[in-house]
Amino acid sequence: MVHGKRFDWGAYGYLLPVVSIILCFHVLPIFYSLAISFYEWDLMSDPNWVGLENFRRLVDDPMFYKSLVNTLYYVLFSVPLSIGAALLIAMLLNHPIAGIGIYRTIYFLPVITSINAVSIVWNFIYHPEYGLLNKLLALVNIAPRPWLQDPTPLMHLVGHTLGLPWPDWLPAGPSVAMMSIILMSVWKGLGYNVIIFLAGLQNIPKHLYEAATIDGASRWQQFRNITWPLLSPTTFFVFTMSCIGSFQVFSQIYMMTPRGGPMKSTMVIVFYLYQKAFVKFEFGYALAIAFVLFLMVFALTLFNKLYVEKKVHYS
Amino acid sequence: MRLKHPFHLVVHALLILGSIFMLFPFVWMVTTSFKSEDEILKTGKRIVVLPDAWRPSFLNSEEDTRRIEAAAAQRRLWEDLQAGKPLPEGARKPAKPFETFDNYKLVWGEGESLWSFLGLASSPAAAPGAKKGQQDFYRYFLNTMFVSITITLSSLFTASLAAYAFAFFKFPLKDAIFMGLLGTMMLPQQALLIPNYILLSKLNWINTYAALIVPWVASVYSVFFLRQFFLQLPKDLFEAATIDGCTRFQFYWKVVLPLSKPPMVTLGIFTFLGTWNSFVWPLIVTNDAELRVIQVGLSYFNSEAGTQWGPLMAASCLTIFPLVVMYFLAQRQFVESQATTGMKE
Repeated sequence: MVHGKRFDWGAYGYLLPVVSIILCFHVLPIFYSLAISFYEWDLMSDPNWVGLENFRRLVDDPMFYKSLVNTLYYVLFSVPLSIGAALLIAMLLNHPIAGIGIYRTIYFLPVITSINAVSIVWNFIYHPEYGLLNKLLALVNIAPRPWLQDPTPLMHLVGHTLGLPWPDWLPAGPSVAMMSIILMSVWKGLGYNVIIFLAGLQNIPKHLYEAATIDGASRWQQFRNITWPLLSPTTFFVFTMSCIGSFQVFSQIYMMTPRGGPMKSTMVIVFYLYQKAFVKFEFGYALAIAFVLFLMVFALTLFNKLYVEKKVHYS
Repeated sequence: MRLKHPFHLVVHALLILGSIFMLFPFVWMVTTSFKSEDEILKTGKRIVVLPDAWRPSFLNSEEDTRRIEAAAAQRRLWEDLQAGKPLPEGARKPAKPFETFDNYKLVWGEGESLWSFLGLASSPAAAPGAKKGQQDFYRYFLNTMFVSITITLSSLFTASLAAYAFAFFKFPLKDAIFMGLLGTMMLPQQALLIPNYILLSKLNWINTYAALIVPWVASVYSVFFLRQFFLQLPKDLFEAATIDGCTRFQFYWKVVLPLSKPPMVTLGIFTFLGTWNSFVWPLIVTNDAELRVIQVGLSYFNSEAGTQWGPLMAASCLTIFPLVVMYFLAQRQFVESQATTGMKE
């Protein structure tokens, strides 16, 4: 360095805009909100100190539990569905075939579009009377359903179809309405995962497959022993990011079931938080919900990092 | 390798099937946006993709033909009425016939002009018969353009300044500040909505453009992204230029920025996309229809429009139109940077 040990004090001036905005709107509010969660406050009157009352109310709130369970259903179904489908498509795209660019463009298209706009289209597709889905099902003689207004739990539906009643004491799974939203969300987010998986697949050295083919390994054996372990860092990344994202699902719920769905079966945590804060103006209570959500996402990420990542193969 | 060719056929077949699933909602959205309410609701159990006006006549079923003929008869009546001819005995007064772009005209609004948006002329009164929120997409569109472009340009500016300092300057606490900034990316977004809302309402910023813009003109991700690029620029250049009397800011403005067009373009596209699509924040900090951005406008319209699927689809098409255009113009940036940035996070 020509300057030796001289410092560029002007650097702080260059950092000032970013640092001040991040501090004001992204860091300090976090500490502020921790404080508010100990108050009862509607923003109009003075805040009223209630200590841990907001958190105690959470424990007794059946709607909070319901939203928790609904969120878990959403995560448990949307994450594996999206990862499975994306991996399959990425593996298909990883073949040396013509038109890869076109397929990639098509699969990625929903990712760039607005969730609100595509939610409206899917509302129309799911419409009980005029919707495309019921019309398509009618072609194969399946009775129409009021998709987004259908509170039937998935397991009751499966049990009914198979002629086996589902026992009451078992969790009955997401409602048909929730499954409809899950299907739409998987469609919307699939392309992103496809692109990431494709990048991961292209990093796997080709000579491994050539050697395996010479040794007479089947396609399944190649997948099991080469692709899956070598892709695991990518899978882990996609899994972690998808979990974090789906725990916070909101927009499609708001657009497709604006009242929380039939029998509140699509009421998820962020939607409940939104209603408490910005419809009922119970800010302290809403922040208590926000912190529980944050702790859950944090715990899940930590669990992924500590336990799931042990299975990841880093070369 | 004998099986290569037939296997690729299977691959194509599966990918095409998937592509239909991915694309069909868009096709459905665009074609529906050009249909009249009659065409949308009166098709019974049949699946009719193309609007009546676009469909070659050999594809029409008997029902379609009947509907089209009835509409044509109405249109003739209406034209006669416009030309001043009296209605035939016993005929009901015909409704205005549907034109291809009617749904778009309804949601776009014909009244407002760029001048009234800029406050240089008064907004015209809404046309009689239009429902609340239907005619304002022109305004929503301009609001969103204004907010998105402002955020994109100013966040590129603030991020490049900070990235420049991190890449080229030596100063105390440099690493600590950088790590601190990166750490903020892990803070929970949903916990931020409420305190930020309270902060803005204390500042009296609720229902202002400032509330939509100011919190988002700094992006840690952009700082990180640009710093990675700036670190690859030759350090010698910086030293040579400063010895020759070039100031720090001149070097940033005249050398660094022109050299970093590609990453700036990529970042700009993503910032624009993110801002255009942002929904929850504008939903919370504005409730004035004048300030509504397009995503919020769409959500209000969705809850008010009921089953007016034609106008709803037209509004949705308008919302994603700029994004799709951008996507096709800059596909490389979209797909490739998603693939690489995704892995680095």
